[in-house]
This record gives sequence, structure tokens and C-alpha cells, in this order.
Amino acid sequence: MRTFDAHVRSCPSCSADALARVQMKRAIHVAGKRYTPSAEFRKRMQQKIAAKPQRSFVPRWALAAVAAVILVAGSLTSAYLGSRPGRDQVFSEIADLHVATLASSSPVDVISTDRHTVKPWFQGRIPFAFNLPELQSSGFTLLGGRMTYLDQAPGAHLIYDVGKHHISVFVFQERSLPATLDKDVIPPKQLTFNVETWTQGGLRYFIIGDASAANVDSLAKLFKAAS
Amino acid sequence: MHAGENLPPESFEQLAIPHFERLYNFACWLTHDRQEAEDLVQETYVKALKGFPSFQPGTNFRAWIYKILRNTFLTSRTGLKATATVPLDLEGEEEALPTDKETPESILLQRSDEQLVQRALEELPVAYREVLLLCDVEEMSYQEISVTLAVPMGTVMSRLSRARKALRGGLRQQFAKKDEPRMVTYGL
Repeated sequence: MRTFDAHVRSCPSCSADALARVQMKRAIHVAGKRYTPSAEFRKRMQQKIAAKPQRSFVPRWALAAVAAVILVAGSLTSAYLGSRPGRDQVFSEIADLHVATLASSSPVDVISTDRHTVKPWFQGRIPFAFNLPELQSSGFTLLGGRMTYLDQAPGAHLIYDVGKHHISVFVFQERSLPATLDKDVIPPKQLTFNVETWTQGGLRYFIIGDASAANVDSLAKLFKAAS
Repeated sequence: MHAGENLPPESFEQLAIPHFERLYNFACWLTHDRQEAEDLVQETYVKALKGFPSFQPGTNFRAWIYKILRNTFLTSRTGLKATATVPLDLEGEEEALPTDKETPESILLQRSDEQLVQRALEELPVAYREVLLLCDVEEMSYQEISVTLAVPMGTVMSRLSRARKALRGGLRQQFAKKDEPRMVTYGL
């Protein structure tokens, strides 16, 4: 290689040839970078790639076998464990609805601290009626409400403020919820929020928030008294 | 064990996204049509994602995805048409001919006439165009090009040599066209 370098340096013909090759390479390099994708296409592709579900590399027969085992084990133990899996799922979804709503830029569809404005807003939107408590001197403030769905059943989602905490109140028709939810179900302990739930007048109430358990309980009592 | 089994789930996105713009550029050069290039890139990513489990971690992802794009192009209608009309080059070793000291294209290149180079590239047969783009634009090593094109390294080198020669010929023509005296007709 050194001999070659030395020759190129000393030979005008070869150095001119080397120079021409380098020039051509450079020219192709510049000219070849010609096309750039549109912003729309770039965005579309990024979404497409990011949206792909994570692939499982487990063989299909293994998945089928695992599914069969889970199904059999589930049916055998459900009698023993009662409705725990369904219960946990419902509470998990309630927690998700609460967090997702508070994270939203428009958490409520009807913005009002007046229960006489919020309650009528749900007319025609959900297939049941419910009462909202009088909050005077209770420390709670109604921020508004929105429609929500749990297990494809429509319901009311109300947001209250206490101190600097937001509390969600969900109201659904009891019969539209999963049958696995017992009448006086106890929320799972692993939830990091304070939760209360009860059934009254054919409706299922959930109160959830990061406020103290006492505050959640106080709001629950106000709702129970109003219903 | 599958090759991609132990890869973290985000790996495909992390590996694939950085090549997006370059792949699109390469696709445009192959297809000569932006819409077709978009379809080609899209199909490439779909195929790559589908075949990702077979990708060997630690091997060259760039060469792998370019190979998918190229194979997808070659089986497309445009690709079949482009390759069907061009005779296969002789893949034997060939001495690279030294260029003349002062050739029209070297003068042209000194002038950095980008458009003329682009036109000359456009007119090259796809087999020459792709090897030049992979080498000089993508700056792939001969080894990478060999993987991408699925040909031996010797073939890559000889094809590159022929491609450069063809490009010089094309540039000469472009240069001649550019310097042609214009016919001016005067109305009587």
C-alpha cells in the first residue's frame, strides 16, 4: 500500500486518475442525496411502526396449550376464588378511567359546580337517572361530568375537588356490569388509590381518588344520603 | 432459538427508523416515482417487521433492510420491467480503465453540476445505479453491498467499475448535450 501511495504521489497520470475518481465519488455522493420523504409520509410511517403490536415469538401450538391450561385452571378455581379476577379487572379499569380522564386536556364535557346543571346534562345520554348530593360546607366542589363506559356499558363520570385532590365518582347500572362483581365487593388492596363502591337503587357507585380514605368515605356518605 | 427472540420489543423501531430517509431516497432512485417509492418503503417495513424474528442480532441491519427493499423492488412491476429491458452484465473480473487526465466529465465534476450527474445516474441501468448509490451515497463497504445485492465481492467490484465507466459515458453525453449550439430560427 505504501508503494502504491508513493507511486501515485510521484506519477502525474495516476494521481490525476485518482483525483478524477475521488471527484466522481464526491459528485455522486452529493447528487445521490436527492429525495426526501414528505412530512406526511414520515409521520404515517412512524405511526405505523410505533403502532405495531409487540410480537410474540412463542410457537402457536404453545400459546394454544397455555390458553387451554389457563381455561381449565380458571374454570376449576373460579368456584374457590369467587369473583376475584373479574373484580380486580373492574377496579383496574375504574382506576384507568380516573387517571386517563385527569390526564386529558378536557377532563369534563359539562363544566359546572352546580349539580342542577350537571345532572340534567346526562339526560338522554345515559339510560338511567341518579341524584347528586348537596355539597354546601362539605369541603367538596363539583367540577363537572362526562359520559363514560365500563365493559361497554354507559355511565356517568363526575369529578369532585377536595383540597387539591380530584376524586372521580362513577355511576353505572348494576345489571350492565360484569356478573362477577358481588353486591358488596371490597376493592383490592393493591390499588394505590382510595376506593369505595356500593350498590344502591340498582346503580353501582365507585368513588376513587388520591384523596384520603376519610374524604372518599365522606363523599360516599353524601351520595348514599342523596340517593 | 429464533434469531430475534431475545431482542427487546422496541428494537425494530430503534433499528428501522434511522434508515427511513435513506431508504426512501434509494427507493426513489430505483422507481423514479415518489408514490411508488412510498409504497415500496412501506412494503419493505412491513416485510422487515414480519421477518424480524429471523434477523440475526449483531449482524448488519442496514444491509438486511436494504436487501428487503431491493428484493421487493425487483419483484414489483416496475422492477421487473427495469431489469427485463437491461441485459445482464458480464460478471467476470475486469481491469478498471484509468480515466483520461482531462475528460469532459472531470471538468464537469469540477464544476459540480449536480443536475447533470443526477440525469446521468437516472439513465443508468438499475444494476449500475443501485451499486453506485450503495457505494457512494450510502457509503456501504463492499462486504455490505455484497450482502445487500446477494452477489460475491468480486462481482461488486467489477460491477462498480463498469457502473463508473457507464456513468462517465453518460456524463459525456450530458456534457455534449449541454454544450450543443442552439439552433436559432428567425421568423421570415
